[in-house]
Amino acid sequence: MIEFREVSKRFADGTLAVDGFSLQIPPHSTTVLVGSSGSGKTTLLRMINRMVDPTEGTVEIDGEDIATVEPVKLRRRIGYVMQNSGLLPHRRVIDNIATVPRLTGVPKAAAHERALELMDVVGLDRSLARRYPNQLSGGQQQRVGVARGLAVDPNILLMDEPFGAVDPIVRAELQQEVLRLQRELGKTIVFVTHDIDEAFLLGDRIVLLETGGRIVQTGTAEEILAEPANDFVAEFVGAARGKRALHEERIGDRTVLVDGLGQPAGVLDSEGGSEAGG
Amino acid sequence: MDLIGATLAWIAGFVGSGELWQRLGEHLTYTFGSVLIALVIAVPIGYLIGHTGKGRELAVGITGAARALPSFGLMLLLVSLVGVVQRPIAAYAAFVILAVPSILAGAYSGIQAIDKTTVDAARAIGMTEWQILWKVEAPLGLRLLVGGIRSATLQVVATVTLAAYINLGGLGYPLLQAIPLRRDEQAFGAAIIVIVLALLLDAAFGLIGVLLDRLIPTGAAPRRPRRPRAVPTRRARMVEAPTAS
Repeated sequence: MIEFREVSKRFADGTLAVDGFSLQIPPHSTTVLVGSSGSGKTTLLRMINRMVDPTEGTVEIDGEDIATVEPVKLRRRIGYVMQNSGLLPHRRVIDNIATVPRLTGVPKAAAHERALELMDVVGLDRSLARRYPNQLSGGQQQRVGVARGLAVDPNILLMDEPFGAVDPIVRAELQQEVLRLQRELGKTIVFVTHDIDEAFLLGDRIVLLETGGRIVQTGTAEEILAEPANDFVAEFVGAARGKRALHEERIGDRTVLVDGLGQPAGVLDSEGGSEAGG
Repeated sequence: MDLIGATLAWIAGFVGSGELWQRLGEHLTYTFGSVLIALVIAVPIGYLIGHTGKGRELAVGITGAARALPSFGLMLLLVSLVGVVQRPIAAYAAFVILAVPSILAGAYSGIQAIDKTTVDAARAIGMTEWQILWKVEAPLGLRLLVGGIRSATLQVVATVTLAAYINLGGLGYPLLQAIPLRRDEQAFGAAIIVIVLALLLDAAFGLIGVLLDRLIPTGAAPRRPRRPRAVPTRRARMVEAPTAS
């Protein structure tokens, strides 16, 4: 379990990014921190691997205050996936994935064997192992980033808007991959995004943040949609704009669901269900 | 025609007598000796500035001032300061001061030009600062460092010609000897040899640059003009397929 206790962060320029933030993040589930830019969500995420040290308060992992853990050691046991993959451009895919195991002294052959297995896990063809990152598509690079994050088999996986820079179709694909991986691996995933739909899709638990890391609402997607804590949440999740309020319209012999803005949201699954499609 | 013929004849004689190799040896010893010393001084400082991001203004100021120093005057001044017996030291010092700014600039700009997210990611996955420097910043910054070494070498190889003024030999020796004696073909021939040497060194560094581009993809530009088509994997296709549930 990851626990934030009364954590604040004031940057050197005086900006108070996080103000008195407390949260318990349960293990083996996905917690999504969601908020607009300036909500401190990335700062909070980076406190977990000490890329940012809080100016006040403590962060604990399984009861251990991480301020007492050497940052490099801490980071090597926590997976980290970022936007734009952050891969080393001068290293081949297989060496990128094997980077941390190699640093911790795993022999090259073993590290490479493990890297190839991880390519299977994240759905990358092994034939890409000898490529350099800039020879891959954006979506493939993000898969490599995820594989690298999993290379030391960490309990915790931090994901900082990992799919923010890929096109919607690839993003949807990668989101499904994360759901599948989480079913198979059961990691403690902390995921940061500004996309509420992504948060609802991936999060077992969603933490909605306002400026300064202030928690507006915490809950499952269903809870937040059913009972938005205030107007801000309603606006953020789109309920206020009628985006989440669906009604039925008949088109021919099909029932189409239309949202409050008049945009078709999908087709209602008929009783038989056989002809339902995407 | 006559001058060209005489010049070619002089060059042939210079090469034939073996004096070329002696003077070339002296010339290259001064050139590479001072560039090596400058590397030892400038690369650690440049890496420190590039890695920490601190002291850049100071470095820019010092290198700018050092570039403005006239090498010839500096060499003569140093000879008078360290004494005539220590002339090689004075010469080396002047050439090193000439070479340091370009190498320093190449070293720190090479590191500063690296995508910040790459370095941030390296740190976030658990590299130590030394590992970031040696495994990420040094290889990715090498191309610009070599560019700095290239311009330093070219400046020094041209300036070493002046070493003959304080009687240290090099390819400047036949050149300077020829001027008071009004041996135009000799002055012309010696100048041509220095120019050819500089061009050869430049070409050699160009070749090293091309090799580095092949060996170390920096991510700055795609290695191939077109990216290979994304090969959909089995899993990816499964995800794309509509689910009937």
